[in-house]
Amino acid sequence: MAEEVKLFGLWGSPFSRRVEIALKIKGVKYEYIEDDLQNKSALLLKYNPVHKKVPVLLHNGKPIAESLVLLEYIDETWEGNPNLPPDPYERAQARFWAKFIDEKCLPALWKALFGEESEQEKAMEEALQNLKMLEKELKDKRLFGGGGGGGGGGGEESIGLVDIAANFIAYWVGIIQEAVGAEILNRERFPVLYKWIDELLSCSVIRENLPPRDKMLAYFISRVQAAKASK
Amino acid sequence: MEEKQSEVKLFGTWASGYCTRVVLALKAKGIPYRYIEEDLKNKSELFLRYNPVHKKVPLLLHNGRPVSESLIILEYIDEYWNHSPKILPDDPYKRAKVRFWADFYDRKLKEGTVAIMTSRGKEKEKAIEGFLELLKVFEEGIAKDFPEKLTFSNSQPLDFLDIIVGSSACNYEAYNEAVAVVVDPKRNPLFFQWMTALKECPLMKESLPPHDKLVAKMKSFQSRSV
Repeated sequence: MAEEVKLFGLWGSPFSRRVEIALKIKGVKYEYIEDDLQNKSALLLKYNPVHKKVPVLLHNGKPIAESLVLLEYIDETWEGNPNLPPDPYERAQARFWAKFIDEKCLPALWKALFGEESEQEKAMEEALQNLKMLEKELKDKRLFGGGGGGGGGGGEESIGLVDIAANFIAYWVGIIQEAVGAEILNRERFPVLYKWIDELLSCSVIRENLPPRDKMLAYFISRVQAAKASK
Repeated sequence: MEEKQSEVKLFGTWASGYCTRVVLALKAKGIPYRYIEEDLKNKSELFLRYNPVHKKVPLLLHNGRPVSESLIILEYIDEYWNHSPKILPDDPYKRAKVRFWADFYDRKLKEGTVAIMTSRGKEKEKAIEGFLELLKVFEEGIAKDFPEKLTFSNSQPLDFLDIIVGSSACNYEAYNEAVAVVVDPKRNPLFFQWMTALKECPLMKESLPPHDKLVAKMKSFQSRSV
């Protein structure tokens, strides 16, 4: 039976890229459709009427939204190279940290980088605290792992749910920092996290599924300028 | 045949819907556990040691290992004690749907009820309006994806959505009385029907906090948070 997998995504969205990474790790063939944010396509509104956002996966015509939900769906649907380990306790831990990244780390980082000036200092403190907790969780592992055949050998087969979920931290934060002229994440403050970033970005499946740095930087610079202009 | 020797402790607070979720799941599965009422104004050392990140209830301690966040605890319970009744569906697509709606419920609706409680006057009106719009979206989504919920009979075992939604929404009478009428049969007939049926389920009945005590608690929370 022919399988049809379509992904509605956005070239610069970390959430969209998470799903692409997961699909690529599993070797799933899919058709990618770039969403036009200015003019939300009728299809996107049809398949994700609730949030009207990417990523949306269409599997044999059935739509699924929300990137973390999608990572689990992909794991459960296609065999091989799982992003979650088999043990229920370890799965719970991975889910905890993925949720922590989305609900705590990302909002604090975003606010610290783009928020109102009055909010930035508090957000910065929170972001630093959250990153410290995340770093502590890494301990002496090269990746957050839990994927694939397990083991601490690193490499693409060990990439797990948390590594994929933390893509924003590994790649986008550095670019945004440069665009806004702030520094939250740096090697001195977070040596362990930086080792993880190096390890993660050395995996080809990750590297090949990130937006081009110069294009992403240009985007954020123009965003900063637009924000300044509207003040 | 080896029995799963397990020590299960649940740290919770009586008024928290998030904690009721875990109680429901443990009871539904017939898992023996010890419940510890945690004083959130004076958190115990044990609680903080096992829950340093969020310091929130519920916290499950299974054979000395902590699991926190109610949705994650529910999935853990279903996976570790994978006998029936199953809390999550087996089919990956249906699982994705229950997870999607659970996330929507927590991020949009539950947050919405707090926003109503912590606002006053015009702001409160606006918060109620916003909440009702989201409730409509939720109701329509469940009607489309899980139509069987709308003919819920209390002889059915409780599943993920019943537990997640019912653990707080079944207290709607208390909320309607203490805060604002947000669940009513005219505006949201399908949701109302599901909750009224769910409320009568024996497991739900015995696990929900007592009405008057909850009303008092909600009123006091409201007045403290202007």
